[in-house]
Amino acid sequence: MDTLNQLAHGFSVAFTPANLLWCLVGTTLGTAIGVLPGLGPALTIALLLPITYQVAPEASFILFAGIYYGAMYGGSTTSILLNTPGESATIVTALEGNRMARSGRGGAALATSAIGSFVAGTIGTLGVAFLAPIVVKFALAFGPAEYFSLMVLAFITVSAVLGSSSVRGLTSLFAGFVIGMIGVDLQTGQPRFTFGMGELLDGVDVIIVAVGLFAVGETLYMASRRYAGKDEIVPLKGSLYMTAAEWGRSWKAWLRGALIGFPIGAMPAGGAEIPTFLSYAIEKKLSKHKEEFGTVGAIEGVAGPEAANNASAAGVLVPMLTLGLPTSATAAIMLSAFQSYGINPGPLLLTTQANLVWGLIASLFIANVILVILNLPLIGLWVRLLKIPAPQLYAGILVFATVGTYGISQSPVDLVILYLLGAAGFLMRRFDFPTAPVIIGMILGPLAETQFRRAMTIANGDWTVFYRHPLSLTLLTLAFIGLVGPHIWAWVEHRRRRGPEHVPGDA
Amino acid sequence: MSTSDQQAPPRFAIPELLIGVGLLACAAAVAWQTLAIPVSPLYSKVGPRVFPYITMAGMVVLSLLLIVAALRGGWQPDEEKETPTDWKSMGFVVAGLVANLTLIHPLGFTAASVIMFVLVCYGFGSRRPLRDVLLGLILALAAYFGFAKALGVNIGAGFVENQLNTVINAVIAMVRG
Repeated sequence: MDTLNQLAHGFSVAFTPANLLWCLVGTTLGTAIGVLPGLGPALTIALLLPITYQVAPEASFILFAGIYYGAMYGGSTTSILLNTPGESATIVTALEGNRMARSGRGGAALATSAIGSFVAGTIGTLGVAFLAPIVVKFALAFGPAEYFSLMVLAFITVSAVLGSSSVRGLTSLFAGFVIGMIGVDLQTGQPRFTFGMGELLDGVDVIIVAVGLFAVGETLYMASRRYAGKDEIVPLKGSLYMTAAEWGRSWKAWLRGALIGFPIGAMPAGGAEIPTFLSYAIEKKLSKHKEEFGTVGAIEGVAGPEAANNASAAGVLVPMLTLGLPTSATAAIMLSAFQSYGINPGPLLLTTQANLVWGLIASLFIANVILVILNLPLIGLWVRLLKIPAPQLYAGILVFATVGTYGISQSPVDLVILYLLGAAGFLMRRFDFPTAPVIIGMILGPLAETQFRRAMTIANGDWTVFYRHPLSLTLLTLAFIGLVGPHIWAWVEHRRRRGPEHVPGDA
Repeated sequence: MSTSDQQAPPRFAIPELLIGVGLLACAAAVAWQTLAIPVSPLYSKVGPRVFPYITMAGMVVLSLLLIVAALRGGWQPDEEKETPTDWKSMGFVVAGLVANLTLIHPLGFTAASVIMFVLVCYGFGSRRPLRDVLLGLILALAAYFGFAKALGVNIGAGFVENQLNTVINAVIAMVRG
């Protein structure tokens, strides 16, 4: 009952005219950047971080959360009509959704993804409201050693378990650690990794890293592959109203998708790719219309993954709000927004910042309602956005990248760092290194270091503290299994199938 | 990963090897900078050097693993390998970025942005530079007066901004009578 009271209080915060306006701005902007290829929620929120100096925390988090949810809705439109996933989480939506659009059922595909996103987003947000207080009770027992071990687990899952290669994922993560350590050590005041440059004493701003990797890197990458052939926009055909049969095929897929997506998102692993692929596989298996998969497009194959995607996006907020543990690039940048207000997300956040947390959760419900309206009756508007030609789109992205970076301190050094990171981002795209772990590493790395040193100081420099505490030991064991488990499994599988034959392994 | 021409012995991949070696060099730079961190004896137990050392050790291991993978044939996805890089297009984008970097201080944000905008558009295949100048100007001014002012970000003022500010102030003065 306490949760319901808190939630009611949250709605009283979210329903003020100003906050409703922030929610509307965020969801509209989020849908737009979700639709536009090359722009994502992480980049957009990073560019808008300076707003934290201007408005109250409630307002900026309502704005950011609107962008975060909106990008999920907008991304599916691009996947369905353009077959170029606007977001990594909507890759699966493109599989069936684009086929449906090509066979003249684009309207139904857009409708099932928007309504499915609404259903799953609402279920996911309810999940956040009810799960967060439970996680908090559990998290209050955590000491520095447990926190450190939990972060190690999160590091392993976001970089090594997800993605195509654990070595490349961890490389990105460690690059993030190095960037995060640049500047003055908060505990001793010593400068680190500054190469004697005064400009680096304050550290590298997360805005520069996100803009460099996601905007400059992406633009260079798109410029480099103009020979790669273009995707064509499928004109929007078919009624936006789903038939009774389509409703019948969609609603179970929505619920299943939500039930798969939320728990996976809420785990300290995060990531929307796994739940969407899982949901797709399940829908394909359960469908009575298997012949439509991969041919004319099956509506279940859009409904399930879209729901899973939105529910897991909601789930990611649980570890973020209750443990201060971001598991996606967007969540990591939102964490840096908390830091900019001097607020430390963690188990105490729900009590010390009740207005903020419950106002945010309430605004997520409102955002879902606004988004389903924005994305169904107004879909024609977003389709028009898709027609912005690539030259002007990417040139425009670079103009905004300059504002975001040069505006920090009007220093050309920042622009040099931005372009170096852009070059790195380009190489990472070409050579299949994930970029999200860099952002997570640079934000979470310093927090992990703080917990590590705190734990060591309490234990008087005794390393065994990390495995003498049972909870900490469990978390570290899980991390270890996550790191080596898949390799051992692949090796055993390989031995069983082919015998001891040498085949170059994937790093 | 496995392709039909698996029979050919996988040759080592030079670009991937360079990445691995480059990363090893980064690890060396981390080691050098870690040694440069002054440590007060008070904090000798878990001082500011411990985490950098752990990071450096991790980077050494990872770059060695990447070098091994490169020697075994590399890991670049086939789709990326088969797409030829459009160097000319990239060259114009890089030229735009460099122009922005060198001109933003002397000319101000708007002028530098317009030049970057036109160069990047040209790189991406737009062949109507005059229209792009106009679009770039509108966008840069929107970014300057909308985005930057709304966020309270100061990106300095150059020739274009000063002229406009003078005009705006004059108009405001006129309206106030």
